[in-house]
Amino acid sequence: MINYIWFFLIFIGIVVSIINGNIDSINTVIIEDTQEAVKFAISLTGIMAVWLGLMNIANKSGLINAFSRILRPITRLLFPELPKNHPAISAIIMNMVTNMFGAGNSATALGIKAMEEMNKLNADKKRASNAMCMFLVINMSSIQLVPLTVLKIRADAGSLNPTEIIGTSLIATTISTLVGIISVKIFQLRG
Amino acid sequence: MVYILNLISISIIPVIISIILIYGYLKGVDLYDAFVDGAKEGFKTSIRIMPYLIAIFVAIGIFKRSGAMDIIVNFFTPLAKFLSIPKEVIPLIIMRPISGSGSLAVVKDIITTYGPDSFAGRVASTMMGSAETIFYTMAVYFGAVGIKDGRYTLKAALLSHLASVIASVVVCRLIF
Repeated sequence: MINYIWFFLIFIGIVVSIINGNIDSINTVIIEDTQEAVKFAISLTGIMAVWLGLMNIANKSGLINAFSRILRPITRLLFPELPKNHPAISAIIMNMVTNMFGAGNSATALGIKAMEEMNKLNADKKRASNAMCMFLVINMSSIQLVPLTVLKIRADAGSLNPTEIIGTSLIATTISTLVGIISVKIFQLRG
Repeated sequence: MVYILNLISISIIPVIISIILIYGYLKGVDLYDAFVDGAKEGFKTSIRIMPYLIAIFVAIGIFKRSGAMDIIVNFFTPLAKFLSIPKEVIPLIIMRPISGSGSLAVVKDIITTYGPDSFAGRVASTMMGSAETIFYTMAVYFGAVGIKDGRYTLKAALLSHLASVIASVVVCRLIF
């Protein structure tokens, strides 16, 4: 799937740039956007290291076990394949918590950790497990409590009430997350 | 209000870190060694996701900068009209699943052009707060562990995105 998307994004992009007569924009992408990608990966290294270090402490102290036991009813419903007290569960929970509070890069670091743990349990390492699909879909439907950047933009633009969209965002996000979870469950049943 | 919310968001990470460290200290864990041991893995992971990041940044960059994105937006305009989605937010609907920084720029544009308290401004703000970048997230997370077959993830994520779009419009219409 990603194969086709990737090809068509680039192919259509190049064709359009020829029609529009701005072929040099492709060169800008090769120079600037690739640099952005590398910069991002490198900046992620530090945050990744901090969270993996902290997770290791939490694991050794038994905090992760205690934590996943409390949240067991929810995680059992969403991720029935993950064994009790598996490290994947705590990484998933911490990813969701950091996501909720808009700490994007920390969330990414913890999310990658969760994916690694889930892949350890995965029979076919090249094919996403049910748990991974569920995790990603929940992650992508965004459960951010306070969309800070949007609030900032609204305040800067002179909104009379910048925070009035928090409530509507929460309702919309809840609906989209539920639709995501239900679709994953339906796709799972169909195989 | 924004100030208080900001404060909560800023303090959540220090709170989590304190809980982990204090609990570990009380349980007698060798904190420093455990931290360094865990942190070592961070480097391997970020190097592993780099090629996937570059691949997705290049594809999205070419699509956006060539002007192909604008064509797609125009193509979907009649459909949005039919669903009574304000046409000003269509660029955002298309951009949101593809690029985070791109959609933030679109939101900024909608808000400054039509005003933060206009209907389009409110719907755009709601939409931005209720969805996440799909292609990028999939590329990074699947790439990090070498998954080639994402199965139904994209389908389910797009359905969820569609739900967020419809919910944003309906909720804003009901509340404002």
